[in-house]
Amino acid sequence: MTLALELEGVRKSFGKLEVLGGIDLAVDEHEVVCLIGASGSGKSTLLRCVNLIEPIDSGRIVVEGEEITARGVDVDRIRRRIGIVYQAYNLFPHMSVLRNVTLGPTEVLKTSRSAAEAQALELLRRFGLADKAREYPDRLSGGQQQRVAIVRALAMRPDLMLLDEVTSALDPELVAEVLEVIRELARSGMTMLIATHEMSFARDIADRICFLDNGVILEEGPPEELLRSPREPRTRQFLQRVIDAGRLAV
Amino acid sequence: MAGGQGERSGPEVAGSRASRILDVRPGQGGRSIAIAVVSTAFFFGLLTLVVVTSPGWAEVRQAFFSGEQFRESFPDILDAFWLNVKIFLIAETVILVTALLIAVLRSLPGPVFFPLRVLGIAYTDLFRGIPTILVIYILGFGAPALQLHGLPTSPFFWGVVSLVLVYSAYVAEVYRAGIESVHQSQEAAARSLGLSRFQSLRFVILPQAVRRVVPPLLNDFIGLQKDTALVALIGPVEAFRQSQIEVAGSFNYTPYLVTALLFVLLTIPLARLTDWLIARDRRRSLAGRPA
Repeated sequence: MTLALELEGVRKSFGKLEVLGGIDLAVDEHEVVCLIGASGSGKSTLLRCVNLIEPIDSGRIVVEGEEITARGVDVDRIRRRIGIVYQAYNLFPHMSVLRNVTLGPTEVLKTSRSAAEAQALELLRRFGLADKAREYPDRLSGGQQQRVAIVRALAMRPDLMLLDEVTSALDPELVAEVLEVIRELARSGMTMLIATHEMSFARDIADRICFLDNGVILEEGPPEELLRSPREPRTRQFLQRVIDAGRLAV
Repeated sequence: MAGGQGERSGPEVAGSRASRILDVRPGQGGRSIAIAVVSTAFFFGLLTLVVVTSPGWAEVRQAFFSGEQFRESFPDILDAFWLNVKIFLIAETVILVTALLIAVLRSLPGPVFFPLRVLGIAYTDLFRGIPTILVIYILGFGAPALQLHGLPTSPFFWGVVSLVLVYSAYVAEVYRAGIESVHQSQEAAARSLGLSRFQSLRFVILPQAVRRVVPPLLNDFIGLQKDTALVALIGPVEAFRQSQIEVAGSFNYTPYLVTALLFVLLTIPLARLTDWLIARDRRRSLAGRPA
């Protein structure tokens, strides 16, 4: 099996605050890895580093065999292959849903407008958004906006998708529709690295769960194992708090 | 439970406040209009009375409000006024482009672009600081004397250049405020799609920035329209210059009033358009956010 993503000793500090303290992680092709951990444990920063939005201080990140943190790498070319979806959707408010989705393909991949639109409409249909193609983002619910954001990333045909707490800003009744989209992606074989607070979702979808604590992966393993019988006291403590908050049934 | 209660009472409070401001209680519309009419009539009546009963009114009326002078000078001044229109149409077009360039220069990040940023800052500081009238004098009399190859020496040309230099500095700052008002997560979203920095600026940042600054931009253009009269100081016979000529020939000041009237007629549509755009944006931003 080829490795889709490999992180070796990735460190990142903001000033004196060390956010990532040496992350080692390997993700296989078609694998779905969920990152869990308290707010501030470094999940989002890790994803932003993989997408080269945040430059790392040391270590290496390798995507499909190519070291993307090497000197002189064209960051725009790398970002094309990695889709990222943010907590706050970040759709372009001055563009229709359709244009949001076709902007990348037409301007970056140089796909013709008609081909890009056909592909975008196909994707929107697949995720139940076909009737929203001509709408502007502010006319959509949060769940719909987040699904458009996922479609926008998919339209670039990425090798790898990074999802950064994509349901955290949503009203509870809108979470399910977005999670369903992600399940659909997992079924289609997309390699994904997902930062999430939705533990039962992580248990369903992940091949592996990594628990981040203070900028390091403290513990990792198959979902059932890690969630039912965590080895580390810190992991147990975190999961107990999640269970107490009613976010995970045991 | 406390949170739930707050949510319930929220809309009621907002609703009662809105109706108080709009004063939409039935049967009151007619009465407010009547009050507005009476108070307006009273105010302007009083103002007219003060002016008309002043000791010097007879002379002022003769000097400034002569119907005969008005009819006589109007065609020539209107003719000359087209030069003002020409000046600001040319200047506005050029300003829109140069100011955008300067604003983009000032917004470039990273140490590589430091010299360009400094240049942008120096430019805006300099031309916002010097009075327009001085720029016009210095360029209007100085630049032609240089006998630069390939550049016109006409005062019209250098007058327009002066206005472009001064107003581009103001408009660049307006653009820059717009660029900085677009949240950086928008650029992050664009860059993570693989768009280059320039493409992000072109497709994502600038369209949003420009839309937001249209009202203040038009406001600057209203100022520019008036300042076209300053170009008269270096020679071209535009409306103000023409009215001076008329005044000099008749010893009557009515032509100034004609010119003032023409300028006001020109700026009012732009001022109303600005108000309308601001009101529309406010309606949109209220409508776009579901509570």
